[in-house]
Amino acid sequence: MIWNALFIALRELRRNPVRAFLTVLGVIIGVASVITMVTLGQATTQAVKNQISSLGSNLITVRPGMGFGPRAASAGVPNFMESDVEAISSQIDGVAAIAPVSSQSLSTIYRQNARTTSVVGTTADYFEINNWTIGEGRFFSASDARSGRAVCVIGQTVVDNLLGGEPAIGKKIRIGKAPCEVIGVLQAKGQSGMGDQDDTIVVPLTTLQRRLVGKTSSRNISQITISAEEGSDSDVLIGEITSLMRHRRNLQSNEDDDFNVFDTRQIADTLSSSTQMMTTLLAAVAGVSLLVGGIGIMNIMLVSVTERTREIGVRLAIGARAREVLLQFLVEAVTLSSVGGLAGILLALLLCAGISKLIQVPFVFDPQINTVAILFSMGVGILFGFTPARRAARLDPIDALRHE
Amino acid sequence: MSDPYPPRPLIELGQITKTYGSGETAFQALRGVDLRIHQGEFVAVMGPSGSGKSTLMNLLGCLDTPTTGSYRYEGIAVESLNADQRSLLRRHAFGFIFQGFNLLARTSAIENVELPLIYRGTSRSERRALAAEALASVGLPDKLRNTPAELSGGQQQRVAIARAIVTSPVTLFADEPTGNLDTRTTREIMELLTRLNEEDGITILMVTHEDDVAEYAGRSVVVKDGLIESDRFRSRHQPAAQVP
Repeated sequence: MIWNALFIALRELRRNPVRAFLTVLGVIIGVASVITMVTLGQATTQAVKNQISSLGSNLITVRPGMGFGPRAASAGVPNFMESDVEAISSQIDGVAAIAPVSSQSLSTIYRQNARTTSVVGTTADYFEINNWTIGEGRFFSASDARSGRAVCVIGQTVVDNLLGGEPAIGKKIRIGKAPCEVIGVLQAKGQSGMGDQDDTIVVPLTTLQRRLVGKTSSRNISQITISAEEGSDSDVLIGEITSLMRHRRNLQSNEDDDFNVFDTRQIADTLSSSTQMMTTLLAAVAGVSLLVGGIGIMNIMLVSVTERTREIGVRLAIGARAREVLLQFLVEAVTLSSVGGLAGILLALLLCAGISKLIQVPFVFDPQINTVAILFSMGVGILFGFTPARRAARLDPIDALRHE
Repeated sequence: MSDPYPPRPLIELGQITKTYGSGETAFQALRGVDLRIHQGEFVAVMGPSGSGKSTLMNLLGCLDTPTTGSYRYEGIAVESLNADQRSLLRRHAFGFIFQGFNLLARTSAIENVELPLIYRGTSRSERRALAAEALASVGLPDKLRNTPAELSGGQQQRVAIARAIVTSPVTLFADEPTGNLDTRTTREIMELLTRLNEEDGITILMVTHEDDVAEYAGRSVVVKDGLIESDRFRSRHQPAAQVP
């Protein structure tokens, strides 16, 4: 009986392909948007995770400020001192490398080109901790850092935009108040959800303080980056660093931390949870459009039942039972919505492939959301096909045959 | 008067009444109808509009149920069947022809004819063969692929007749089959029905209000005010075959 109903339903749909297409358009758009939103959301989450791991594994960051994430407040919170870096380095076990970071946004000039770039003052360990590899030239050395030589290592974006793509090694660029010699170019890390990591200039910390900014302060370190030793427990390390810093910053036991210690995993978790929330929100909005598509099917099916009243009368007269008429219209609705679901999946694949290329995220095919979408669209067909089908099945054969 | 028919009729109505509505607005369409129809008969049901002839036909065709009275079809008490059982009876024993043809639009002739076979669960290949055969027997062997819009009124009614006879029904119900057709086509359709009655032995019950159409039938029952006013046998208009 179900095959019969399917056969009859398909024959009916073939009778009016244009209307069938317009009917399922809502479902196509609904399914396509749900899948596209979820797939792209997952791809973005994945991209963020990849990006974080490119920051370096075992990376622990110490930053001044209250709280972490959207509620962070850093106004009026003191920066770190160089002695803080030394204290962590000497008093805590399991620290493989440690680098202070002082970040400044400075104007840079090369010949007639000028632009503002984030300049990082740090020590030689910074490169290793942050997973930078050298493209050409060399990193600055510990002795460069100690003596505060006017040298810098620049990112690929700076080479392209400030130097106009010229060979960079040996060139002198003016950074802030003093010229600096380019001794190395960093291997590009690429664009990411976190901005252009290659738009950076790295100089020795002393150079930044003494030459480029021209003023010194004991509290000028805006961030401490630490790479943990292989196999050490980062939670333990975070705990030890936290209590050391609380002590050094004279925090009473009833005061909250005025700094944050976190590792890459926590950044990854925070960022993925926010992209996932966004994904869920967008998918919910898209789900509403799928629901609207279902209402479209119900609307057309109701019109169809009215329009085909005489036909239903004929079917009843030649011996169709009420449940066969019900099944026919139900199968028609489910067929419409399933075909719409399949077409929506195809459309979503095209959209995802195109958009993921456009926004530079990896395209991950997720069979789960596709299965859910097709099942959901079939469910929509049953839900919204039932009322029209029951109306058809309840028709009286004589009234139906007399219907004009 | 001796009864020329076998003792057991195909259709036997006993004191059938049909009332629409209830209370003050109740309307009695049939007021106690007795009727016996034997297998192989060609009966024309006539009467003015509002006489109850359509109600009678709907009851005979098991599309409707009587308010009171008994209806035996091949000995089956039809009045006690439920809607699904009546559907199955129609599916296996009845064929229907309508004034407005009632073919499915945008559907080829052969697919229209196949429709009752689908509900019978006939296999696809057998369905095709039977439908093609039925269309050939109504004189449309070359119109299998045409949709109703591509056929004349007479041709459409032939397709409808093919649809009604494709299941080899015992009884054919025809509701004003020539009401929408011109004189020449009417004659063709009536000759076709006569042939089905005489050669294939199909019992035909036909509603009409035209005397010259009724003349093709061997018996004409006139309904008036919910009662049978007259029930006459007569020699056929044509061909000159004798009533047994």
